[in-house]
Amino acid sequence: MSFVAIADRDHEHALHDPQTFVRKYIWSQDHKVIAVQYGIVAICIGLVALVMSVLMRLQLGFPHVFSLIDPNDYYQYITMHGMIMVIYLLTALFLGGFGNYLIPLMCGSRDMVFPYMNMLSFWFYLLAVLILVVGFFVPGGPTGAGWTLYPPQSILPGTPGASWGIICMLASLAVFIVAFTMGGLNYVTTVLQARCRGMTLMRMPLTVWGIFMASILGLLAFPALFVSAIMMTLDALVGTSFFLPAISSMGKTMPHTGGSPLLFQHLFWFFGHPEVYIVALPAFGIVSDLLSTHARRNIFGYRMMVWAILAIGCLSFVVWAHHMYVSGMNPYFGFFFATTTLIIAVPTAIKVYNWVLTVWRGDVHLTLPMLFALGFIFTFVNGGLTGLFLGNVTVDVPLSGTYFVVAHFHMVMGVSPILVVFGAIYHWYPKITGRMLNETLGRIHFWCTFLGTYAIYLPMHYMGILGVPRRYYAYSSAIDFIPPSVQTANRWITISALFVASVQMVFLFNLVWSYFRGKPAGGNPWKSTTLEWQTTDTPPKHGNWGKDLPVVHRWAYDYSVPGAPDDFIPQNVPVDAHAPASHDSGKHT
Amino acid sequence: MSLSAAYVALLTGVLVWAVLVRKLRARPWEQLSASETSALGAARMPPAKVGLWIFLAVVSSLFALFMTAYSMRMGHGHAQDMHDWHPVSEPGVLWLNSGMLVLGSIAMQWARMNVARGERKRTHDSLLIGGLLTLTFLAGQLYAWRELQVAVGFTPQEPALAFFYVLTAVHGAHLLGGLVVWARTLIRMRHKDTELIDIRLSIDLCAVYWHYLLLVWLVLFTLLLAT
Amino acid sequence: MALAVALILLVIATVLFHFLSPWWFTPIASNWGTVDDTVNITFWVTGIVFVAVNLFLAYCIIRYRHRKGQKAHYEPENRKLEWWLTSITTVGIAAMLAPGLSVWAKFVNVPKDAAIVEVLGQQWSWSYRFPGKDGTLGKADTRLVSVDNPFGMQPEDPAGQDDILVGSPELHLPLDKPVKLLLRSRDVNHQYAVPQFRVKMDMVPGMVTYFWFTPTRPGVFDVLCEQLCGMAHFAMRGRVVVDEQKDFDAWLGAQPSYQHARATTAGDVTAGQTLYATCSACHGAQAEGNAQLNAPKLSGQAGWYLIRQLNDFKSGVRGVNDADIYGKQMIPFASVLADDAAIRNVVAYIGSLPETRSTSTFTGDADKGRALFQTCASCHGADGKGIWSTNAPRLSGMSDWYLARQLKNYQQGIRGTHRQDFNGAQMVSMAKVLPDDQAISDLLGYVDSL
Repeated sequence: MSFVAIADRDHEHALHDPQTFVRKYIWSQDHKVIAVQYGIVAICIGLVALVMSVLMRLQLGFPHVFSLIDPNDYYQYITMHGMIMVIYLLTALFLGGFGNYLIPLMCGSRDMVFPYMNMLSFWFYLLAVLILVVGFFVPGGPTGAGWTLYPPQSILPGTPGASWGIICMLASLAVFIVAFTMGGLNYVTTVLQARCRGMTLMRMPLTVWGIFMASILGLLAFPALFVSAIMMTLDALVGTSFFLPAISSMGKTMPHTGGSPLLFQHLFWFFGHPEVYIVALPAFGIVSDLLSTHARRNIFGYRMMVWAILAIGCLSFVVWAHHMYVSGMNPYFGFFFATTTLIIAVPTAIKVYNWVLTVWRGDVHLTLPMLFALGFIFTFVNGGLTGLFLGNVTVDVPLSGTYFVVAHFHMVMGVSPILVVFGAIYHWYPKITGRMLNETLGRIHFWCTFLGTYAIYLPMHYMGILGVPRRYYAYSSAIDFIPPSVQTANRWITISALFVASVQMVFLFNLVWSYFRGKPAGGNPWKSTTLEWQTTDTPPKHGNWGKDLPVVHRWAYDYSVPGAPDDFIPQNVPVDAHAPASHDSGKHT
Repeated sequence: MSLSAAYVALLTGVLVWAVLVRKLRARPWEQLSASETSALGAARMPPAKVGLWIFLAVVSSLFALFMTAYSMRMGHGHAQDMHDWHPVSEPGVLWLNSGMLVLGSIAMQWARMNVARGERKRTHDSLLIGGLLTLTFLAGQLYAWRELQVAVGFTPQEPALAFFYVLTAVHGAHLLGGLVVWARTLIRMRHKDTELIDIRLSIDLCAVYWHYLLLVWLVLFTLLLAT
Repeated sequence: MALAVALILLVIATVLFHFLSPWWFTPIASNWGTVDDTVNITFWVTGIVFVAVNLFLAYCIIRYRHRKGQKAHYEPENRKLEWWLTSITTVGIAAMLAPGLSVWAKFVNVPKDAAIVEVLGQQWSWSYRFPGKDGTLGKADTRLVSVDNPFGMQPEDPAGQDDILVGSPELHLPLDKPVKLLLRSRDVNHQYAVPQFRVKMDMVPGMVTYFWFTPTRPGVFDVLCEQLCGMAHFAMRGRVVVDEQKDFDAWLGAQPSYQHARATTAGDVTAGQTLYATCSACHGAQAEGNAQLNAPKLSGQAGWYLIRQLNDFKSGVRGVNDADIYGKQMIPFASVLADDAAIRNVVAYIGSLPETRSTSTFTGDADKGRALFQTCASCHGADGKGIWSTNAPRLSGMSDWYLARQLKNYQQGIRGTHRQDFNGAQMVSMAKVLPDDQAISDLLGYVDSL
């Protein structure tokens, strides 16, 4: 009663269009502007991480030829590259970027439910990025403890950035977690409370499901990182012994006693493994929608897809210690975690089958987003299958710590989600800007990225099986079992990496160029069913829907419905408009 | 320890999954039945309330992880035959503090009842009392910190002591966050032209948050006393 | 269309790469052949899925690509097909999990007759401890670690007296005898990994971790650290030599026991003074060094370092390369010192000499030098005073012309290439960070300013 009145008032407020430039684009509370802000910052900091990976590859491919980085730099770059890519780029882009843009539009709401908090979320994220960047300029530089930040090395001499760098890193993470929590509360509450009339949970596009579940995972998992960050900061600054046992560091006995380095690892991976799915689930959701739209076919097995997302989300909290099989934890844990980890492969496999089965008997338009989506299936199948190696405790033991691991997580967490990000940008750019991205440049970008990345990571799997260890600055002092062919391969991998990295500039150029010169897109260039393509304006105005909120009458996948005049029926088209709708087709099987 | 945490998490996951899948059986490509269609427009809970409950889930995760870390750290010393865990003898003032927080929570509930009845003056007073009691609690916590420092001296290596400070600090920080909202509500209330109905939601949410933090404190206090 | 062709080609290329690439597991040298079997099973199962899914995807793209008038088939779900796929996947998963878990069951059960060897990890080298005749390791405590007690042994523990301490990163093991490695670290996380043995485990400070295996093939195997442990992680190297029993016994017999190590007395300065007469001809009466005679300054250098170098010269670890002219000259003089006691005496005398800083002969860009020294500082300390724990000698105030020559020797493989010179090998890796002579000048200019 009285609450409804308040909610209505909020809507009136949301309709009130801000007029000044600053209110509209800087201190904006509009989810679309915030999404673009998130996207731009994430891509900028991602470029920094990309440059670092190029420098590392130059060292590995041509050791001591360019002398650009010394071992300290190498470990600092390895750390920052990993952390930036996983957290500040992918997490921020999928949830802060796509989540912000798509949730209200796809659910048919005017904005996030807490627009002010949404704005704060972005500014805290920016602050986190700035603190991260400050880490590069403090004495000793950023931390070089690896993105896992394992103590004791992360806060002891011998590791670069063990004094100031690690503190900046932890502070930045803490701020990021605050930012994410504010954002995540918004995403989850908006999905639960602000869907338009007719949008039942099971009518939501899978993109929303993926982002929704990822937000829940993030909300519950990030506290683990927060807890460990607080405790590690205290260990470093105050001298507590949460993680630090008695240690003789650099010949000097430290004051700590009795702490447990493994405790940190448990906390870190309790966050770290769900984090994998925080990145993967939005990618799963988005790619489902891309495949369905561009294959002009309903997503195959929608209910199974939703359940798989839920199952993966729940299971992801009980697999964390598969990162710790050789960490020195009680080896009996291996039985439990190997079993849960391999169980999680089942719902994941179902998703893959259903993507392929969506393409099967479809009407496949090989548009740019579709190319990226299909490329994703290939890279994800590859990366997912190597996950079965590393999740199975016995197989993991010889492979852990080698390049097999590097190849695995770059295929599954690097290349695959990034292909989805690209596909999604090619898909939704017309909605965001009103213009299409250039097709030729896009195709160059796809082919070079798709083939180039595979050339980088395929050989790494086999280097790993041979036993070539990861996180090595150089292999210069002879290791007997490493043949010279590994160095040759390293050189070619570096050349591929340089190639792939430079091709990304084509993409950036395309983003800017098409903004001014791209072909005008119209409201629904892909003939898509979901709500975001049914807005009155493109790009959508503040409040998204003009005077009246849309009403949803059908699920998000009415493509090629038998008897319908077009091969798609938007979600807000009433059932009567296309009489022989999808009533009995469910029994088609 | 971490394994039993894993089992608990697994069990919860299975339960949640079972419940959700039961609800998510709909075949969305079919038309909705008449009863389902009519249910679509039903009034929903205010977003702020849902948001708060989700936030409480996040905070629960935070404290649960802190407590897991606490017990894992406690077990670690034993497993390594180190015995570096020396239980802290909690200052007696903590009992008094707990009483304050209980009263604070009751006052908040009272405010909630008053605002439902539309009694402006009483709402204001009970809200004010609730906040002041909470401030007393925080002051008492600070006093307990000082007590401990005087009694045993501050040795950061002592894990039980360090955990005592961290847990109470994190709990206190959450209460401070609540007090910010409380202060804003109180200021809004003093405006003549604010209608009681406008702050009803705020007071409702404050009361829920206070009860929740009281619960967290009682759990923490029990844990600290027991070990 | 092009994408379908690309997918087919990628599948073919991947399969070909799998069979044709020169890289596969190193020949196994332990009892863990079952680990390889599990990996092979996993390869077959996943390989079939990889080929099948991607070829089917390529087929779908070709068969169902957009043509005029084509319409997709509307089919929300197909429960039967989905359950079939789920069941087949579950079977495949079980086929991989079951052997994995059964092998792991063997891994967690250490055979009763396994011999015990302790590995101690530190930044950035390994050392070992055998339990001696009583078969029990003595108690150790990281808080007792010092330059004289690198293992942190508890001096009073009777079980520890006969423990055999191996200071070198090279470990010998007898063939075909199961061994349980107890892993301990005194500073940060490390991992003791020998690819040929297939099994490995992290070492975590404050804990003792373990794994077991039976060496089944005589040979020499590299030990790698595979848990990031700081700046020199990539240069943390050791070696395992798998011997016949009698060779192993001979090797173990030559290693000192803890009791023996404790019994060694401090060097005698007066006795050392007499011995030093030979050295003073080149190194100078105050051990201040003499650039003309290519003799570096010794005073102020850490005793443990001088002892190690004298031993290395004596045993042919250092100075055997023909290009190392001045190192070669040192061998006969080192050999004059008959035994360990003599070496300790002369080093004690050098330690008693008053110390003056060497004059600096290098000037360079101090900022560049400081940046380059970042790498060195990890082991030698930010002040360049050396750190015993990282086996890093003092640099500041020592003869810089000598440091320059040694850096070049490391770069050119004149020093640090002997199989037993593990610390030298690390310097070989590190010296490569300096690209040219100018960098060496910059660096030493900075070191002189410390």
